[in-house]
Amino acid sequence: MAKKLPSVDALMIGFGWTGAIMAQELTDAGLNVLALERGAWADTSREFATTFAQDELRYFWRHDLFQTTAHDTQTIRNDASQVALPMRKLGSYLPGTNVGGAGVHWNGQTWRFLPSDFVARSHNLQRYGAAALPDTMTIQDWGVTYDELEPHYDRFERLCGISGKAGNIKGQIQPGGNPFEGPRASEYPNPPMTMSYPPTLFAEAAKGMGLHPFPQPSANMSQAYVNPLGVRLEACTYCGFCEKFACGNYSKASAQTTILPVLMNKPNFKLRTECEVTKINLDSSGKRAVSVTYVDAAGEEYEQPADLIVLCSYILNNVRLLLLSGIGAPYDPQTGQGVIGKNYAYQITSSVNLFFDDKILNPFIGAGAHGMLVDEWNGDNFDHTGLGFIGGGYVGVVQTGARPIETHPVPEGTPNWGGAFKKAIAANYLKTMSIATHGAVMSHRGNYLDLDPTYRDVYGRPLLRMTFDYTDNEHRMSDYLTDRATDIARAMKAREIRINKRKGSWDVVPYQTTHNTGGAIMGSDPATSAVNRYLQSWDVPNLFVMGSSAFPQNPGYNPTGTVAALAYASAAAITQRYLKAPGALA
Amino acid sequence: MDEPRLSRRRLLTAGAAITAVPVAAAAATFGGRDVPFKEGQANAPAAMDDTTGWIWFTDEEAAFISAAVARLIPADDLGPGAVEAGVPTFIDRQLAGPYGRGERWYMQGPWGPGLPTQGYQTRLTPAGLYRAAIKAIDAAVMRESRGGSFAKLAAADQDTFLQRLEKGDVALDGIDAKGFFAQLLQNTCEGFWSDPIYGGNRDMAGWKLIGFPGARYDNSEFVTQYGQAYPLPPVGLKGRVEWIRS
Repeated sequence: MAKKLPSVDALMIGFGWTGAIMAQELTDAGLNVLALERGAWADTSREFATTFAQDELRYFWRHDLFQTTAHDTQTIRNDASQVALPMRKLGSYLPGTNVGGAGVHWNGQTWRFLPSDFVARSHNLQRYGAAALPDTMTIQDWGVTYDELEPHYDRFERLCGISGKAGNIKGQIQPGGNPFEGPRASEYPNPPMTMSYPPTLFAEAAKGMGLHPFPQPSANMSQAYVNPLGVRLEACTYCGFCEKFACGNYSKASAQTTILPVLMNKPNFKLRTECEVTKINLDSSGKRAVSVTYVDAAGEEYEQPADLIVLCSYILNNVRLLLLSGIGAPYDPQTGQGVIGKNYAYQITSSVNLFFDDKILNPFIGAGAHGMLVDEWNGDNFDHTGLGFIGGGYVGVVQTGARPIETHPVPEGTPNWGGAFKKAIAANYLKTMSIATHGAVMSHRGNYLDLDPTYRDVYGRPLLRMTFDYTDNEHRMSDYLTDRATDIARAMKAREIRINKRKGSWDVVPYQTTHNTGGAIMGSDPATSAVNRYLQSWDVPNLFVMGSSAFPQNPGYNPTGTVAALAYASAAAITQRYLKAPGALA
Repeated sequence: MDEPRLSRRRLLTAGAAITAVPVAAAAATFGGRDVPFKEGQANAPAAMDDTTGWIWFTDEEAAFISAAVARLIPADDLGPGAVEAGVPTFIDRQLAGPYGRGERWYMQGPWGPGLPTQGYQTRLTPAGLYRAAIKAIDAAVMRESRGGSFAKLAAADQDTFLQRLEKGDVALDGIDAKGFFAQLLQNTCEGFWSDPIYGGNRDMAGWKLIGFPGARYDNSEFVTQYGQAYPLPPVGLKGRVEWIRS
């Protein structure tokens, strides 16, 4: 028997971005809040100090900040005809662990989705007709609109001190910003990052082609900033160890650098680390969550009751815990019925390398979100008639820091090793840059998450099984974006370019992006979604499920801004409405 | 309380995860001003075991590694190659440590060959893979050249053999030649360009070759110096070359 503990008002499962945001809001509302984090405590001065944070081998290649697959992983396959095998070592995506979660090693690329992204199904049907959407494409509207989320996006951007340039303030297009973005209430809290040479060269070429380049919105600080909670962040130093690393310099917004200094001091907040929740327990009706079961680092099992439970772990763990707890009907790809595990999606990326003779680019100078981009081919910002796909992505140069084990591009035809390889790297390293494309992935009937029939984690629980592949829609879209990137690359007049299209099936080996989405999607109908527009479980109204698991499909932007906006919107619904009358929010 | 559900053996299996997390008290409760900040503590990187000689490799294995990495990144008029930069020592120490044991990786069966898109699927740890692959490679060389080992081949023949490995065009007694080659090349690049504290990149030869300034933490003043050469020498976590090798 698990040892039963005294009840709390609200319990957070997982303590990354959404756990910290929700705990901050609910403690402000006067609740006694407990967060359970499977990983350890982590703070800047002890875990990622500037005296040792710049270590490519330790943090990226040996995964020191990431989830340990020995403890918990996913099994993976491209389609249901294959036998799923465990992802034994991390590759394509890098989930976090420990306090702060993946928000410790994120880049800080902080976007709002387009207004049309939130109504992807109805918008595309209306503009292109039913024939434009294949039968197997299962995209849905979100049940929430951009305008409804705008104040919540704004709150997160102010919490983090996002550096950027508005492109649309209350309907007025702003020079220098992204003219395609939805209307914002106000300018970004900080000016854009100072651009290094490569993004500047891209922007010049793009502008010359009549495009509208703009600085990438960034959670790296362009200047020192004190956020609304009174927490101070410092100016970014462009060290190039940001993406996939933790910031030792208090220059990248994370739970640690924006919320925890306040939250950890509140008398009505407690955090228990190295406590992994193994199940959410329901009452006999199956409609109310009464407690969670968790295991601590010593292997002791506990039952922690709570009135309100908020699931705040990574998308893949959210979906798995729902399945393991028997909450919601599991998705069946044969019938299309059921919701848990439905509409898993990802992102599709490609790039074009440029090699110059006459330009020293110092590509190691960088930050996680430090680039110039164009958004002409994102979402439905362009006419898709006759293109054979929907959706899109952004294109641009994001100079994240060319750490040399990971980034040493060589021209087409160079051998992968030997004297010619060494010579090519020595000749090109300082004079290369890369244009990236970052594309949407629509949801499809055959892409889903369920429990693996064979493989188990250290507790003996089934692993999550991921069945995923890119479809024609994604490949056509990504090829289209790559062609546009190539056009701009040619205009930049490099000595030569190298085009890296994304070909074939999704492959777990090379790192691509940690933008996994779906599986507990939001919507306006319990038959086709797991949570409502407030991220409240349709089946268990005292359970809320945060994170990108709520995305019905994955737009062409990085997810964190929307994950946080949805968390703030959910917190507002809980504190303003749910706490007064606990139950399903209409 | 009844018997906890987790057996001791299970916990040991879970040990990788537990040891990999940062230094913190187990299952601690924090909050309400009880913040787990401990003055003077830092989770600094583990220093390389710098005793001389090989820890994981046998002499025969070390001969293979030294010969192979010398072809992957050769010494030439541009400067030191992988051997001069200490890559064999780097790989030896990596294989002798948590990486070599696959400590962070999911290593439970059942085992299947898997598709290329499913990644690493051998039951061998990285250290075990090196041991088995080197043995199979030297056996293949022995078979084909009626004697000798990879290390004793002429450089041009070594290159030809490595090209075949890269293409998966050598039968290696159940070992995936292509997969092993990719891992060897990856580890060689790691040893050539990682911080010198791990035994490779000796004298920052890898960084000097390409102009990477290393573990610097403030590039603010250089961000807008467009087209200008970076003026500072490389620095590692333990400082500049001349400070480390005084």
